[in-house]
Amino acid sequence: MQWLLDLTPDEWNAVRLSIKVATVAMLFSLPPGILIALLLARGKFWGKSVLNGLVHLPLILPPVVTGYLLLLTFGKRGPVGAFLDQHFGIVFSFRWTGAALACGVMAFPLLVRAIRLSIEAVDRRLEAAAGTLGANPAWVFGTITLPLILPGIIAGMILCFAKAMGEFGATITFVSNIPGETQTLPSAIYTFTQVPGGDEGALRLTIISIIIAMAALVASEVMARRVGRRLDVE
Amino acid sequence: MSLSVDIRHRLGAFSLDAAFETRGRLTALFGPSGSGKTSLVNLIGGLLRPDSGKIVADGRVLVDTAAGVFVPKHKRRIGYVFQDARLFPHMTVVQNLRFGRFFTPAAERYAAWDSVIDLLGIGHLLDRKPNSLSGGEKQRVAIGRALLASPKLILMDEPLASLDDRRKAEIMPYIERLRDETGIPIVYVSHSVAEVARLATDMVVLDEGRVAAAGPTSQILQRLDLLPEEERGEGGAVLDMRVTARDEAFGMSTLASAVGEIHVAGLDAAPGATVRVRIRARDVIVATERPRGISALNILPGRIAGVAFGNGHFADVSIDCSGETISARITRQSAEMLGLAPDLPVFAVVKSVTFDRANTAPAAGSDASHETMGNEVG
Repeated sequence: MQWLLDLTPDEWNAVRLSIKVATVAMLFSLPPGILIALLLARGKFWGKSVLNGLVHLPLILPPVVTGYLLLLTFGKRGPVGAFLDQHFGIVFSFRWTGAALACGVMAFPLLVRAIRLSIEAVDRRLEAAAGTLGANPAWVFGTITLPLILPGIIAGMILCFAKAMGEFGATITFVSNIPGETQTLPSAIYTFTQVPGGDEGALRLTIISIIIAMAALVASEVMARRVGRRLDVE
Repeated sequence: MSLSVDIRHRLGAFSLDAAFETRGRLTALFGPSGSGKTSLVNLIGGLLRPDSGKIVADGRVLVDTAAGVFVPKHKRRIGYVFQDARLFPHMTVVQNLRFGRFFTPAAERYAAWDSVIDLLGIGHLLDRKPNSLSGGEKQRVAIGRALLASPKLILMDEPLASLDDRRKAEIMPYIERLRDETGIPIVYVSHSVAEVARLATDMVVLDEGRVAAAGPTSQILQRLDLLPEEERGEGGAVLDMRVTARDEAFGMSTLASAVGEIHVAGLDAAPGATVRVRIRARDVIVATERPRGISALNILPGRIAGVAFGNGHFADVSIDCSGETISARITRQSAEMLGLAPDLPVFAVVKSVTFDRANTAPAAGSDASHETMGNEVG
């Protein structure tokens, strides 16, 4: 146990950074994730299949390609990156925020998919009933739809978090592997495997990865069960 | 309260083209499945937008496609009781009941919480979840939820269709009380003659998206040709009669109206009360002479007003009993054997035990009890 917790400062940084990056990626993906899931599940508009394809693209593309595209777009000299830097002072390249962006983009399809499925499972007749009782569409969403899709949202968030914790290819391509700034757990493990005598550190971080992943899974189970009990859907 | 509907709507191969007006306290939309009843209530409730037409409730224009008016469902203040209750599964009964009330402006909340809970007998269910309720309980909560939103009109789409006979019998008195005690007009979708005869003051008969007939229930149910073939015998006279006497020894009550006197068993209504009686066409025996030595207690003299031979083996006979019409469904053979023809004096004979499921009259000021008359014929 002592051996496991006896981490070097860089290793600690990698653990903390990974959790921070994954949490930020998950929280910031959530609102657009719900919106796009709603659009895909219920919207009728031209270009719906294009949007669907775009959302799923990071799932099919090699992560390195996604990372490179992010670098081209959000890098210091990329169109979006330059704009954000000049007007808002937000910089992504070689910062932990860039790692969060890369993780968020990579995990986005999983989040959207889980939420979309739960929206499609909602009995729309319940929403119609709420409407006849005087609830306008916004109230119907807040009081009927949202509570009913909560299990899907939780599942999506956990998937998103887990994917973000493990993201490697796009992150390392976009923001490199800087200890203390962009070196997440997978990057740190990769670095250990590249140097002689790094086996022990790699194994330590691997075990920590497993523990965090299991904890996330258990947390999602507990939350889903609690929500499920509250919902008690027939 | 008046409701006027004049709409045209296309749904795939089905087209609805219906116009009617009603001032009834409970107007039944009656017809076989696929006749457009549910589409029609969905149009009134705002769940569907008609291709063209106009719907006006109590002077308020809900839809007028020509003028570009469409009031969305959440602004219509129309309560809707669905066939499948549609209680919100993630809320308790009390949360379901509060839902519509929450969205009603305080000044327009006329439905008193306690009296609605009492009316529907759901006080003991408040903390339960919808999935732990029986079908009948769910439907009562759904009625309460609609009622507590203080609606100006209530729509009921076959609220009893998914329930077994016992549950139906459990809910019916509540719907009667709703009709008689709250004064909120109700539009009630049904394909059951028994339900309509018992509950409706007025009816609109739909057939393949068209209005086949509309008017007071007592008149429409006499027209057996409007009913589906297998239910024609279920139609017949619906009479509002006064209780004139009661015989405690035999538990018999005497009812009177223009047709004469009839005797029924097990009616729990005081003398002076008005009750609604349905005499089903298939329960009426036609005799050309006054029968004697017969167990049937009700022998009503009249004259034949008309005999209609369908394409089957039956004849539908209308008998004019002092201005009120009693319908009888007999075999074609009997009709020919007796030589039934208009103006022939006859007697309509009805067994007392056939008076089941009749109910209290909709007459205002009625103090009749809400018990059903008699029991099922065993």
